[in-house]
Amino acid sequence: MAEPMKIRATLKGDLAEVRVLMVHPMETGQRKDAEGRLVPAHFIQEVSVRLNGRSVLEGQISQAVSRNPVFSFRLKGVKAGDKLEIAWLDSKGERSQAEAAIA
Amino acid sequence: MQRIAALALAAAAGAPCALAQDAKTEIEKYQQMIADSSPVELFELQGETLWSKRQGPKDASLEQCDLGLGAGVLKGAYAQLPRYFRDEATKRVFGNEDRPSEMEYLSAYIAAQSRGAPMAPGTAHPKEAAAYELGRKLFFYRAGPWDFSCASCHGEPGKRIRMQELPVLSSRAGAGPVVATWPAYRVSNSQFKTMQWRINDCYRQMRMPEPTYASDLTIALATYLTVTGKGDPYRGPGTKR
Amino acid sequence: MNPARRIALKIAAVLAAGLAAPLSALAAWNKEAFQSKTAANALKELGVAASTESKDILIEAPQIAENGAVVPIEVTSNLPGTRSIALVIDKNPFPLTARFEFSESAVPYVKVNVKLGESSFVRAVAEAGGRHYSAAREVKVTIGGCGG
Repeated sequence: MAEPMKIRATLKGDLAEVRVLMVHPMETGQRKDAEGRLVPAHFIQEVSVRLNGRSVLEGQISQAVSRNPVFSFRLKGVKAGDKLEIAWLDSKGERSQAEAAIA
Repeated sequence: MQRIAALALAAAAGAPCALAQDAKTEIEKYQQMIADSSPVELFELQGETLWSKRQGPKDASLEQCDLGLGAGVLKGAYAQLPRYFRDEATKRVFGNEDRPSEMEYLSAYIAAQSRGAPMAPGTAHPKEAAAYELGRKLFFYRAGPWDFSCASCHGEPGKRIRMQELPVLSSRAGAGPVVATWPAYRVSNSQFKTMQWRINDCYRQMRMPEPTYASDLTIALATYLTVTGKGDPYRGPGTKR
Repeated sequence: MNPARRIALKIAAVLAAGLAAPLSALAAWNKEAFQSKTAANALKELGVAASTESKDILIEAPQIAENGAVVPIEVTSNLPGTRSIALVIDKNPFPLTARFEFSESAVPYVKVNVKLGESSFVRAVAEAGGRHYSAAREVKVTIGGCGG
């Protein structure tokens, strides 16, 4: 897919509601493809959320998170224009990251 | 003791109805929750990229395509489909379980541009009227090893398969919400699926031979369903089980 | 390999890469916990010795999920000083599903779509003030009808 991640961050007072959509197969390693072969495990393992360059939330996840993960977080002490950066690392060592400004 | 037993029996008799109603409410809640947390937007974004991508020997994009409302006009175009187009584009099968096709991303993007527009498929052109008639005939046509028609499941109120309530698709009330929410992200395959796919899957589930994609049969059925359910504002692309 | 050596190697690798790693060098994926086949083992690997049930942990989840592939789960911890929330799905082949660590700038809240292999209790374990607390909700997964 063209965009591996989509971040939506909205501000209410000084609280930011962040929603991030990620593109990832999150294969458990137990699924069989159309030919009956096992599809190898391949899933995001680590997620990090940074605000203005500082880590505010870190997550470790498993293959039991749904394909094309959708996460929601809430951050406090946030103001419009603050920079949000979300990154992930998967079981194959692949990475992705995206940035968004708090609206 | 007898009175307690009688009360218990009365409660037990009422229980299945209460349970069914609770289940329905809980399932509706689930449907709302997955729609709120859906990755469907990613498919729309991918379609948007494809719409303006230059490719092929003429280095052309789709941006000047006419979907019925004029060259390059996307807003509200999906809500007026199906409709008759004089030129017939090549009809090809697209996509499967493991390999989503570009057509699916495009349909997500194009459909999204009709959000809020009332469903208003073409009915005036003689070919559109003929498609509606053929679709209506097909809806009630019994065939296959189980002697099923669409109407077997979707022709009467109060039917369900396991816990899923079956909408009456030959009525406006039943068809309206359905045509206003396809194409959709289906969580059971984690794929974006079109109404074309849905119709094909129904035929598969009725143990009938699968129709060819973009065949006159499937377009006729889609026409019948959309005309029957017309009027609702389009609110897709949806997220479904 | 002892944890200290693991951390030292990770930092060395990061320095060798010459780039600031996008993720904290100390947060290596906890393989032992995530590959545990029981909830009890997974929690043990996370260093959770015991947990007290708490009404201050709120789990919002569907009672019935039409499909186990996508079950939205929302967890809020109102326990003061919540540092982390772990999500465990009892009946999944590998129960530990996620663990989030919150700085002061993050509300101890997360919503995530998870997979349930079958009807199961979904457990949230929060760490606050050096102790662990938990809450659970049952989610029933139905076998679908035809379409939708």
